[in-house]
Amino acid sequence: MKVLSEDRTKKLFEKLTKYIGVNVKLLIDRPDGTYCFREKKDRVYYISERLLQLAQTVKPDHLISAGTCFGKFTKTNKFRLHITALTYIAPYANYKIWVKPSAEQQFLYGHHVIKSGLGRITENTPKHQGVVINTMSDIPIGFGVAARSTTECRHADPLATIAFHQADIGEYIRSEDTLV
Amino acid sequence: MDIVNEILEKEQKKAEKYKPITVEKHLDVEYDLGTLLVYDTNDLDSKLLDSNSNRDEYLQSLSRDNTQLLLNKIWELPTERIDEAIVVRLPQPTTVLPRSKPVPKPKPLTKWQEFAKAKGITKQKKDKLKWDEQLQKWVPLYGFRKAAAEKEKDWLIEVPQHMDPMMDMYEKKAGEKSEKVAKNELQRLKNIARSRKVKIPRVGLPITSDKASATQLSTAAVVAKASTASLGKFQDKLPKEQEARGKGVHELIPGKERKRRAPVPTPQVEKQNNLNLIDKILSKRPKIDMEKAVSQHIHKEQTQRSEEKKSMKPAKGKRKVKGNNATNFSAKKPKAGKGQRNMNKKTPGRKRR
Repeated sequence: MKVLSEDRTKKLFEKLTKYIGVNVKLLIDRPDGTYCFREKKDRVYYISERLLQLAQTVKPDHLISAGTCFGKFTKTNKFRLHITALTYIAPYANYKIWVKPSAEQQFLYGHHVIKSGLGRITENTPKHQGVVINTMSDIPIGFGVAARSTTECRHADPLATIAFHQADIGEYIRSEDTLV
Repeated sequence: MDIVNEILEKEQKKAEKYKPITVEKHLDVEYDLGTLLVYDTNDLDSKLLDSNSNRDEYLQSLSRDNTQLLLNKIWELPTERIDEAIVVRLPQPTTVLPRSKPVPKPKPLTKWQEFAKAKGITKQKKDKLKWDEQLQKWVPLYGFRKAAAEKEKDWLIEVPQHMDPMMDMYEKKAGEKSEKVAKNELQRLKNIARSRKVKIPRVGLPITSDKASATQLSTAAVVAKASTASLGKFQDKLPKEQEARGKGVHELIPGKERKRRAPVPTPQVEKQNNLNLIDKILSKRPKIDMEKAVSQHIHKEQTQRSEEKKSMKPAKGKRKVKGNNATNFSAKKPKAGKGQRNMNKKTPGRKRR
């Protein structure tokens, strides 16, 4: 478990602000203990200080993961969020998209959200904004990037992509072995 | 009789001088004649051991007795006479002794051996001789008569179309072979250096640029950029330029010392650092997002228009009739019997679509 370098921390926070904006502060400034980000094998883990200390008793070679995996740094040094981060992103997300029950499965299979599957969208969502995708019953099922702003959505044709797929909870099954 | 007494007296004196060869022991001692070892399991007399005056005497007598027992045992073995000396052949030792020298270390594996071990590659044995279809005889894999066979086989080498026709193919082949040998030698030396933990200089970029990979090129670019008198401090940056990363790249760049890894900050410090970083990132985002502003403007216009429409609801029954227009299609299917019918006009039923 390494401390993230300044460059990587910056990249991580930049990515997180795309989804939850100012609320990133709430991830670090928590009343129930100090939480921090640690890196292991290019994967970034969100872990409480207490758990981290316990994890440090394990030999690094034997430790596979500790805390919640937020994502990984690619070989080209870009940060990619994993679906495992959804638990922390969903409650703080400013912009959301609700998909109709008929389009849920399509999304969970890794497809983009199209206009015909769009149930609701947060007012004033800008273009290329990170959004959390919810079902109509407010269960977060993944996240993506808005392909069109809310106003543009109104005039889009039914097959137009509204949100680009980034991660969905179907990945827990689809990419079980590569996720952590 | 005098003589007899004399002798007896002498013998007695002798006996006094020498202790008896029989030794009484409570428990039988264990022998290992191969290593000339006697192992006495009897208890020591603790009273004698504690007393300062008698301790040495006691230990001396004890060792003498045990030595006597050992010698008695040795005399029981079959004796031989070699060159006027009586010798005994000792049996095989039964006690296992620890080795005097440290256990030899296993030979360090070469890089290939290490790789093969990790991948589970096992060496496959090849036949020493191989049937050559062209020569119609058995040709050795290497060594004696291999070179002769090769020479016989390659009595003529074709020059490929794309190559210089004046190229000496034999020379080329010999060159390739010597290069292979040189590479092997280099790898052998590298393996030795690795096993002895000697630091060897990194092999830099390949001489020929036609085989350079993207990472090698980016490394070369970064190194070249930093190779000014001011270590590349005043060099312009391309819009999306990235510093080359990777193993050993950092060391190649002039002026970049090896950074010591920063100590792990305390939780409080780390938290504060992170919060500062977030503030910096948040403040950097543009205050006026053009896209957002435009979309907000469009949104406002749209809501305004829809409200206007709502307020200007047309009065009931005053609906504008847009009839007699060729382009005006209603969604409903036209049905017969709804319009005005002219009985005099002969129409073949309703229009079917």
